[in-house]
Amino acid sequence: MNLFFDGIAWILDPTNWTGPGSIPERIGQHLVISAVVLVIASIIALPVGGAVGHTGRGKDLSVMVSGGLRALPTLGVLTLFALWLGIGLQAPIIALVILAIPPLLAGAYAGLESVDRRTIDAARAMGMREGQIVGRVELPLGMPIVVGGIRSATLQIIATATLAAYVADFGLGRFIFAGLKTRDYAEMLGGSILVIILALVVDGCFAITQRLVVPAGVRAAMATDLRSRPTRPRAAVGRPITEGNPE
Amino acid sequence: MIEFRRVTKQFPDGTVAVEDVDIVMPPHKTTVLVGSSGSGKTTLLRMINRMVDPTGGQVLIDGMDVATQDPVQLRRGIGYVMQNSGLLPHRKVIDNVATVPLLRGVGKREAYAHALELLDTVGLDRSLADRYPSQLSGGQQQRVGVARGLAVDPNILLMDEPFGAVDPIVRAELQQELLRLQGELGKTVVFVTHDIDEAFLLGDQVVIMQQGGKISQAASPAEILAHPADDFVADFVGADRGKRALHVTEVDGRNVVVDADGRPAGVLTS
Repeated sequence: MNLFFDGIAWILDPTNWTGPGSIPERIGQHLVISAVVLVIASIIALPVGGAVGHTGRGKDLSVMVSGGLRALPTLGVLTLFALWLGIGLQAPIIALVILAIPPLLAGAYAGLESVDRRTIDAARAMGMREGQIVGRVELPLGMPIVVGGIRSATLQIIATATLAAYVADFGLGRFIFAGLKTRDYAEMLGGSILVIILALVVDGCFAITQRLVVPAGVRAAMATDLRSRPTRPRAAVGRPITEGNPE
Repeated sequence: MIEFRRVTKQFPDGTVAVEDVDIVMPPHKTTVLVGSSGSGKTTLLRMINRMVDPTGGQVLIDGMDVATQDPVQLRRGIGYVMQNSGLLPHRKVIDNVATVPLLRGVGKREAYAHALELLDTVGLDRSLADRYPSQLSGGQQQRVGVARGLAVDPNILLMDEPFGAVDPIVRAELQQELLRLQGELGKTVVFVTHDIDEAFLLGDQVVIMQQGGKISQAASPAEILAHPADDFVADFVGADRGKRALHVTEVDGRNVVVDADGRPAGVLTS
């Protein structure tokens, strides 16, 4: 417990908040590398996942690939790329992108796949082009799940981005590795706590976003469902005649 | 006019949904495709707007083979109403109705003004325009579906079991409403149902389909009742039983019509 207080005290120590390698600077770096990784991984994974979810083709393959990627230990991948590419940010960025792809891919295809087939069929029968079906029907309706994928990818990136400090002077991981080296456990723990807080704050932002992207019409459906629920169990009354029951 | 010439549809798994079908659906009339599930009636309907492409034969609209037309443009010119309305749940009623005109490049102001008029046409209050589909009753959703189908003033209106999911009272109401609309608008309507009563009520021409996608008989309701083509049709329409097998008995000097169970159906007035 003492160690924990030492960690907090380290965080609160004003000298750690100024100068080169200060806490704000490290947090900024951590966020920058996380954002860069998220953007790169999204550019790769979201269109692929979207295509899989829209067409229904290649689902098995993408499940296999993301399963395979998940099985790769990030530290091992990082070491491998660091040996190949040398010290710097390239290796951790690649390793983190590999880490982030599976949840993004899964979120994108599950999101698009979750949309009622009849709604999509109706959109097509009205004369929407495939791109319009994706952009105007599947994405808005599947967005909460897509954002869920982005959310879980981001959480993993932020937690794992500490590894960037393994091969570069970058991010909150620096405190952990430095503390480990100099046996300054207060610094090490302080760094860890900062990573946890950062991850929770960002996750909280995504949780809010996830609620906000639920389309108003869908939210309205949730509200009316509560009111139109039959008071007696269905088994006892047969099928209740409440209009608009989904078939 | 919609014409099917020797149309066949075989799915990749080998199932034959429609086999060698020839029909002519006359303009400004309602043609009802009726049959049990698996008779290929919906497949037939969906070939008209190329949601399904036939594996053999031709579908022609006013003499033009639909296969030569861009499916998206074709669909934007044909009204489509489906079961469970098929409304986009994340869009307001007014946006749903205006969807296709907007896709076709009609100005926003014009599209929305016309959408409001269409709500009047299908008997919906304009105050519902800003609701979401989930906030409407099943019958109201279905009316919005019809309004959307009419939004580009199409010559052809395809209706795929549009009243299948609403309760009997609302269904009867919607059927009457459709008859009224059809009287005013005179569209070429193709209507799919499994309910023979609905078919006889709405259809100028009724096409009875049997398993395997073959047509048993295509004629007016009266002809079908008078001369069922085969036992399947006779059995399907119930020509020899229940409320269709009427006969006349004399009660106190008047001719009363009773059904097969002896229940009075009405009085013969001439």
